Amino acid sequence: MSNILVYVLHYEGEFNKNSLGAVSEAAKLASELGGEAHAIVVGDDGLTDEFLAGLGKYGATKVFRAKAPEGLAQPVVDAMAKVIDDNGHSYALFGGGLLGFEIGAGLAARKKAGVTMEVTEVKVDNGELVASRPILQDSMISESRYTGDLGVIIGRLNAFEVAERNGASATVEDVDVELSPFSTKAKMVQRGEQRGADVNIEDADVLIAGGRGLGKPEGFEQLDELAAAFGGAVAATRAVVDAGWFPYAGQIGQTGKTVAPKLYLAAGISGAIQHKVGMQNSENIVAINKDSNAPIFEFSDLGIVGDLNKIVPKLTEAVKAKKGS
Amino acid sequence: MKICVLVKEVPDAAVEKRIDPSTGRLDRTGEKNLNPFDTHAIEAAMQIKEGGAVDVDEVVAVTMGPESAVRALHKAVSLGADRSVHLTDEALAGSDVAATGYALAQTLAAEQPDLVLLGQQSDDGECYTIGAVVADHLQMPSLTQVIKIDVSDGNLRCERQAEYGYDTVDIELPAVISVGDAINEPRYPSLKAIMGAKKKPLDTKATGDVEIDVAMVGGDGSQVACGNFHDPPQKEAGQIIEDEDTAETVEKIVAWLDERKLI
Repeated sequence: MSNILVYVLHYEGEFNKNSLGAVSEAAKLASELGGEAHAIVVGDDGLTDEFLAGLGKYGATKVFRAKAPEGLAQPVVDAMAKVIDDNGHSYALFGGGLLGFEIGAGLAARKKAGVTMEVTEVKVDNGELVASRPILQDSMISESRYTGDLGVIIGRLNAFEVAERNGASATVEDVDVELSPFSTKAKMVQRGEQRGADVNIEDADVLIAGGRGLGKPEGFEQLDELAAAFGGAVAATRAVVDAGWFPYAGQIGQTGKTVAPKLYLAAGISGAIQHKVGMQNSENIVAINKDSNAPIFEFSDLGIVGDLNKIVPKLTEAVKAKKGS
Repeated sequence: MKICVLVKEVPDAAVEKRIDPSTGRLDRTGEKNLNPFDTHAIEAAMQIKEGGAVDVDEVVAVTMGPESAVRALHKAVSLGADRSVHLTDEALAGSDVAATGYALAQTLAAEQPDLVLLGQQSDDGECYTIGAVVADHLQMPSLTQVIKIDVSDGNLRCERQAEYGYDTVDIELPAVISVGDAINEPRYPSLKAIMGAKKKPLDTKATGDVEIDVAMVGGDGSQVACGNFHDPPQKEAGQIIEDEDTAETVEKIVAWLDERKLI
């Protein structure tokens, strides 16, 4: 019997969308393997039976509840290792996200398990799971097969679709976890701080996104004007948000938002994987970059090799003129 | 305080990377360089050393890899590390992430660092995970993608961006920290430092020197096998415009957008 254990992240009373995708995926795979999909949720007294049983809607038959600090990886590794020791799960599955990488890797070390990250597809072959991941800047796909008692699979952001399977609710089981001494040596001081203004990028049909290629914070002014001409909004990469040039609420990618507007115009964005995963489903992607080797041209519908400082102002005028006509 | 920085030799960004079909491993011949993400970790170590909040006795660069990986160590030393350690052994070839992390942890354990720093990812493997593996073996607290570190006696205050915004985390030393590329702008090595790098102490270690159980490393000690390499579904290549005359370029962009009813 091959059961799959899924880590489910939650924040402010809601489950993480990528975690729900992972539960849905695990339920589908477990039914093919002839096993069950189980979830583990870590947190404090706020984790009610009713909240956790709701994971049944996505196909989990059992939810393990562990009382431990949230938002840090190592306490979760302790909890998952204990649950797997007691119940003999064959696979641990994670949706895309930063914590999943940390927990999955820690769990692989603890349990001497194989681990594959950035997984975009999992299939069942010969009663085993085979995980596919893109490698070498997404130019090739590699397939992982696991030996040993446990296989760890860490999904890429948005790789697993959220799907409601049935109306049944999951049973909830409490787990007594003894935390490792080193797991309590990291303490959350502040979680989820929103830096910068609250901007809305998720409802826009047109997004003009800026990256490090803007050169300086003032570079966003010309993007504001172009976005205004389109009637769209401005977004940014992680690099410029970390640099303090743009609010966190307007960030696309791995630790930011996932968007799929009608038009995504990337200005001065190289196209790192962590950015790509947050915008690759946009209907039309236009990129302006002065480096003709920038990875973003690999997944753009229209690529312009040139200086954005010359092109963007003229494009703004042209769009205004076109709209006025 | 002693800081160890994990570094890695990777194929130069300009080199076309490929999988060797006979071994199923990355073809690592051709131009090599120090993983660019690691230069941020070395810089972070140097800033702690020069910051004055704590006394740093030494910064040690540590790598695992074939003989050629020595060049990555020379580069690390030219950027400020005091000495370096090179773990190299035929038995390590083909190690997966978990096995590599175990081998590095054994090498680090022999050094007894107060702080282990590394870059957020390697330019070739794109795994983001080695820090968490190393930390679990060393039984140290750990955090990845850190963009700010404040050090005080025996303690770190770290900031990083996670799923729901910025987190601030206090961590007791010893600890393993992977740094994001936003943490600093790495310095360029001086000519003198480049020339002097080969004269700094370099210890070469084999698996037996740092008590690595060879059954846990290499292809046989790895719990995941990669194979069936194939091309991803092909997306139709986009149109490319080289901007020579900007007025003309903008005209083309507008026509393209107009055709798709995007204006």
